[in-house]
Amino acid sequence: MIGWMRRILPCLLMVLVALSASAEANPLKGTVKVDGSSTVFPITEAVAEEFGHERQFNRVRVTVAVSGTGGGFKKFGVGETDINDASRRIKTKEIDTARKNHIRYMELPVAYDGLSVVLNKKNDWVDYLTVAELKKIWEPESSVKTWKDIRPSWPDKKIRLYGPGTDSGTFDYFTEVINGKSQRSRADFTKSEDDNVLVKGVAGGLYSLGYFGYAYYVENQDKLRAAPIKQGDKKPVLPTLETINTGAYAPLSRPIFIYVNMKSAKRPEVKEFIRFYLKNASQLSKEVGYIPLPDAMYQESLEKFNADSLKVARK
Amino acid sequence: MINRRIRSLKNRTFVWVCRGVTAAMISVLFILLYHVGQEGIGWLDKQFLDSFPSRFPEKAGIKSALWGSVWLIGMTATFSIPLGVATAVYLEEYAPRKIWVRAIEINIGNLAGMPSILYGLLGLAIFVRFMGLEDSLWSGSLTLSLLALPVIVIASQGALRAVPREIREGAYALGARRWQVVFGHVLPCALPGIMTGVILALSRSMGETAPLIMIGALSYVAFLPETPSDPFTALPVQIFNWAARPQANFHGLAAAGILVLLALLLTLNASAVFIREKLQRYKP
Repeated sequence: MIGWMRRILPCLLMVLVALSASAEANPLKGTVKVDGSSTVFPITEAVAEEFGHERQFNRVRVTVAVSGTGGGFKKFGVGETDINDASRRIKTKEIDTARKNHIRYMELPVAYDGLSVVLNKKNDWVDYLTVAELKKIWEPESSVKTWKDIRPSWPDKKIRLYGPGTDSGTFDYFTEVINGKSQRSRADFTKSEDDNVLVKGVAGGLYSLGYFGYAYYVENQDKLRAAPIKQGDKKPVLPTLETINTGAYAPLSRPIFIYVNMKSAKRPEVKEFIRFYLKNASQLSKEVGYIPLPDAMYQESLEKFNADSLKVARK
Repeated sequence: MINRRIRSLKNRTFVWVCRGVTAAMISVLFILLYHVGQEGIGWLDKQFLDSFPSRFPEKAGIKSALWGSVWLIGMTATFSIPLGVATAVYLEEYAPRKIWVRAIEINIGNLAGMPSILYGLLGLAIFVRFMGLEDSLWSGSLTLSLLALPVIVIASQGALRAVPREIREGAYALGARRWQVVFGHVLPCALPGIMTGVILALSRSMGETAPLIMIGALSYVAFLPETPSDPFTALPVQIFNWAARPQANFHGLAAAGILVLLALLLTLNASAVFIREKLQRYKP
């Protein structure tokens, strides 16, 4: 028995030493769980990719799922995920769930998206659309059946409408700013959760009109044109990197967010991931087709996050 | 004489209709394959098979999805084949011909036609939430097993039923017990039919996206699963993700992913056929 112990003990010790040594070389391990919006996914994916290339973080497992903003908040609200990607703000009902489960969170804007109202490339009669005209087209029980119904000088041809499915954050946002209430919309348009289907629809018909995220417009500029949007007495504005960034493209510029569970943020791997996210979101969001926020906003978020996570750590 | 000519005409027309239908089906399949192949073949190289997903299409690969799918196939087969075949053996060989057995059989038939998203909801409720397996390979493969089970049961029952009665009677005549008859004679004889059902069921489960997304399969994973408790992604999920991107290059990646999925299914089917040929004792 003793002899057996004598033989096995040094081995055990060596294993322990080896383990602690490797822990020193790679101080950070663990998992960061992200879920939520498919709109925000490309940015989070890019951040996770770069984060994994960093030497000191490459043992951290970052996983990103896509359940949609609402589906993601269901899991976030019960503490199943650390971070939720969101293409809209958290809703009252979702706040209540989080509160009931004692989830404290922080909202961090990470980029802008400009909802683009798109037309067929060959459409040469639309010079711009006013917000009121958009409402006339998209409101429930809309009387707009032909282009002529929008402006009398436009062709007397049936208008074909394309838009995202009712579960998407894009639909929520568009209906809110155009029709005054989230989810209020006419129902007789072609819906798809897949924006590429909408692109094909609008590109395939001269009398089509649709709306979706800026990235899908930019990638398909050879097949589509965006309608300049006129708000009130201002000049019509086209969605571009600059007009979305400065907020001139109103009211269809929207911020997109990540929500962080502050209890998870106590864990060093989550804290480091968020810091990395905010430091690199400007560059990476541009690379995947979104519009970065002004630098000061990232800085402000970073300070707010650092201060809060310190506070939590001290408790 | 005229009568005979009409019958011969009918005969020939029928053959040509059958040929025409077959040709139409095959050409649809080939057009699909051609489109996918044309778009995806340029992206398909070693780098693609051996890289994790990336925001740069040139650097992106399906390593994590491919291995996730391999794990899923293995685990799903392990759960669903024994359960499915055992159920079929019981229902076909042992269960009394009573009304409740008929009811169970009809229900299994209905289950085979259920939309797969419902299996996802069931998996989410039972495996992910109730059993606390989270977004692991356990949840994924158990959910896909539910999806595969009805098909395996129905196909196996059909195969068992097709075993000639003489084989059973011959075995009984030599004094074999019931389990000896079932395991020694009926099952080996039914094996080709069972394997066909298994192949169909597993192939269908491998192509499913909806139930996996429902139970929270990931879209971005930059590591390979090491144990069944690890989170995962699978080929259809990764393909779906790329196909939904705005950049055309990602659509090429999606097509290349489809080619990989097809190759994986083909390998799976080929090995099943190989096993079937090897094990087959009673050649017709």
